Amino acid sequence: MTQAPHHTDVREFHPRARAAIADPKIRKNFRKAMDGLITKRKDAFEGWDLEALRDLGANIRLRALANLPDLLEQLEKKLTENGVKVHWAIDGDEACRIIRDICVARNAKTVIKGKSMVTEEMELNHYLDDHDIEALESDLGEYIVQLAGETPSHIIMPAIHKNTGEISELMHEKTGTDLSSDVEYLTASARQQLREKFMNADVGVSGVNFAVAETGTLCLVENEGNGRMTTTVPPCHIAVTGIEKVVGNLEDVVPLLALLTRSATGQHITTYFNMISGPRKPEELDGPEEVHLVLVDNGRSSIYQDDELLDTLRCIRCGACMNHCPVYTRVGGHTYGTTYPGPIGKILMPHLIGLDEGRHLPTASSLCGACGEVCPVKIPIPDLLVRLRQESVDGDKLNPAKVRGHGAKRGTLEALVWRGWSWMHARPGAYRLGTTVASRLRRLQPGKLGGWTRYRTAPKLAARTLHERMKERGQ
Amino acid sequence: MADPIKVYPPKPSHVYFYATCLVDMFYPDAGMAGIQLLEREGIRVIFPEDQTCCGQPAYTSGYHDEARAVARAQLDLFPEDWPIVVPSGSCGGMMRKHYPGLFRNTDQETKAAGIAARTWELTDFLLNVCHIKLEDLGEPTNVAMHTSCSARREMGIAEVGPRLIGQLNNVNLVEQVRAEECCGFGGTFAVRHPEISGAMVSEKVDTLTDTGAGAFVTTDCGCLMNIAGFAEKNQKPLSGQHILSFLWERTNPGKGDNS
Repeated sequence: MTQAPHHTDVREFHPRARAAIADPKIRKNFRKAMDGLITKRKDAFEGWDLEALRDLGANIRLRALANLPDLLEQLEKKLTENGVKVHWAIDGDEACRIIRDICVARNAKTVIKGKSMVTEEMELNHYLDDHDIEALESDLGEYIVQLAGETPSHIIMPAIHKNTGEISELMHEKTGTDLSSDVEYLTASARQQLREKFMNADVGVSGVNFAVAETGTLCLVENEGNGRMTTTVPPCHIAVTGIEKVVGNLEDVVPLLALLTRSATGQHITTYFNMISGPRKPEELDGPEEVHLVLVDNGRSSIYQDDELLDTLRCIRCGACMNHCPVYTRVGGHTYGTTYPGPIGKILMPHLIGLDEGRHLPTASSLCGACGEVCPVKIPIPDLLVRLRQESVDGDKLNPAKVRGHGAKRGTLEALVWRGWSWMHARPGAYRLGTTVASRLRRLQPGKLGGWTRYRTAPKLAARTLHERMKERGQ
Repeated sequence: MADPIKVYPPKPSHVYFYATCLVDMFYPDAGMAGIQLLEREGIRVIFPEDQTCCGQPAYTSGYHDEARAVARAQLDLFPEDWPIVVPSGSCGGMMRKHYPGLFRNTDQETKAAGIAARTWELTDFLLNVCHIKLEDLGEPTNVAMHTSCSARREMGIAEVGPRLIGQLNNVNLVEQVRAEECCGFGGTFAVRHPEISGAMVSEKVDTLTDTGAGAFVTTDCGCLMNIAGFAEKNQKPLSGQHILSFLWERTNPGKGDNS
């Protein structure tokens, strides 16, 4: 069973949120970065019929999910024909074991990694480390996070919580580069260090953005060239992906890619777009001699069982939901204590770690809907948050909860308060009496109302309710 | 996949006025203003006495059985086929967007869907059904507007408030930075996550104050209570008003008569 990232207790959301909000550096780093990303996305879609494109993207993902079992079988068949070895993993641990076994069979000691959130989910680096295999991240952001011994704070920009000064100090301390505010210099230094690792690595591990069933093609979107290096320089390439990333046809990739890069970083196209269809052929001069694909379930097939929750699996991992989330912007990615932070994390992680562990995640939202509004595949994130809130308190007898760990947040007192509230509001006479009495006794209203009045004055009851005023009017 | 197209009805003879519990208890002036604006358009306003709350607080907290019990008590309040107007994007959104799902596979499914289809946010109704023409009788002034997230995203009426204010000749609408960002209210969110909500409303008050208008209007009482409550507690030079109160005051010659 996959756990939350190392050393992090998901349930400690509140103290971490408080600490992040009190930290001006975190607030400033995230606000600045998110404001920039919001503007870039907006500019990138200028002149596009974004709603039509989002409808198309959503439909492609829905169609792929509707045919998921068949598409996965087709993908396996095509990849096998192409000479790629396909592995199936029920959870993160099994996926880690599969990768270790491939490494052991090749007597591999060093692994170079391209960016992959599913391997973060599996905690592959820790696992390999425990088995004496060195895993080095080659995406610049992931590399920085790995140097710092941290986890990514954003799914696209893992080191977004750090500013240039912090990165410079970190690299100086860990790798001996000069202290510098010159981004070019820092990037070049990292590149130099990574180049040597690429040349010597025994295995390259990458993620997958889209797996095309029709042709058996693994698509990889990236900007630094490290993805191409990872998948072509070492003699063995292992691609790892969640089972939901499959699409039917190559044509499906075009709109999804257009949506992905614009939604994520505001780019019309990334610097690199890799399409991998198999190992090096006898007449070819480069490329890996061995290519594997590990298809990871890790809770996804249980999400797949539910018609509403299924929408969670549409995600193409662009990160736009977190870029536009007012909560994420305030607290940053690490506060969530989960592999995937922000809105997508709040609807996905409860399935991966259980709703008991992740009980605070669905509540940490004002349901403002900014996430759903920008989602390139129209995942109804606010509706799914409400669904998970219902699941976490077993709040609907007509639609019994089914997510693992459901009901863990139901408290006796809270349930009683809602029952009382419901009793009064379902009885118009009781409601009118209650509200009239409250308005008469308004001077006795407590001045302190928990968390509300820590920041605001208490709302003021009117002298007469609208009900009373309408009655006097003769209505 | 795409949201269903919104089709406005012709201007009716009668409407049901669904006040919402916050307006009923905390902002009855805003409710009266809305009723008077409708009446001035020649519409007979029916106020069902047995209305209480749409059920949203329990719904968004996950207590759907409790929300359904309260919502069910509202379903019989609107027997005629008249539009139901709501002075709130949030409660209007609950009835329009969430009632059908809440009553799916129950005996009330059809009734709930019927109510959802004829529920309108009040400013949207004034602008796009009544085609209201506002004559500004007030002194020149500046005002900022905070459109609630539910009005903006759930009801899709972000342009309605500015267009209504745009009809007022002596009112200059100033736009704050990050106007589309949530004020941090979010119902029980403000109590469950007070620090996050506090950080959000603090920045919202700053951006509204920075416009220099000194006053803002909003479509929703939750946002109003949140933003104005923060400004008051922290002595910021910013006052707030429901947009309906503002529109009525600007256009009613006997200003202040709000009975």
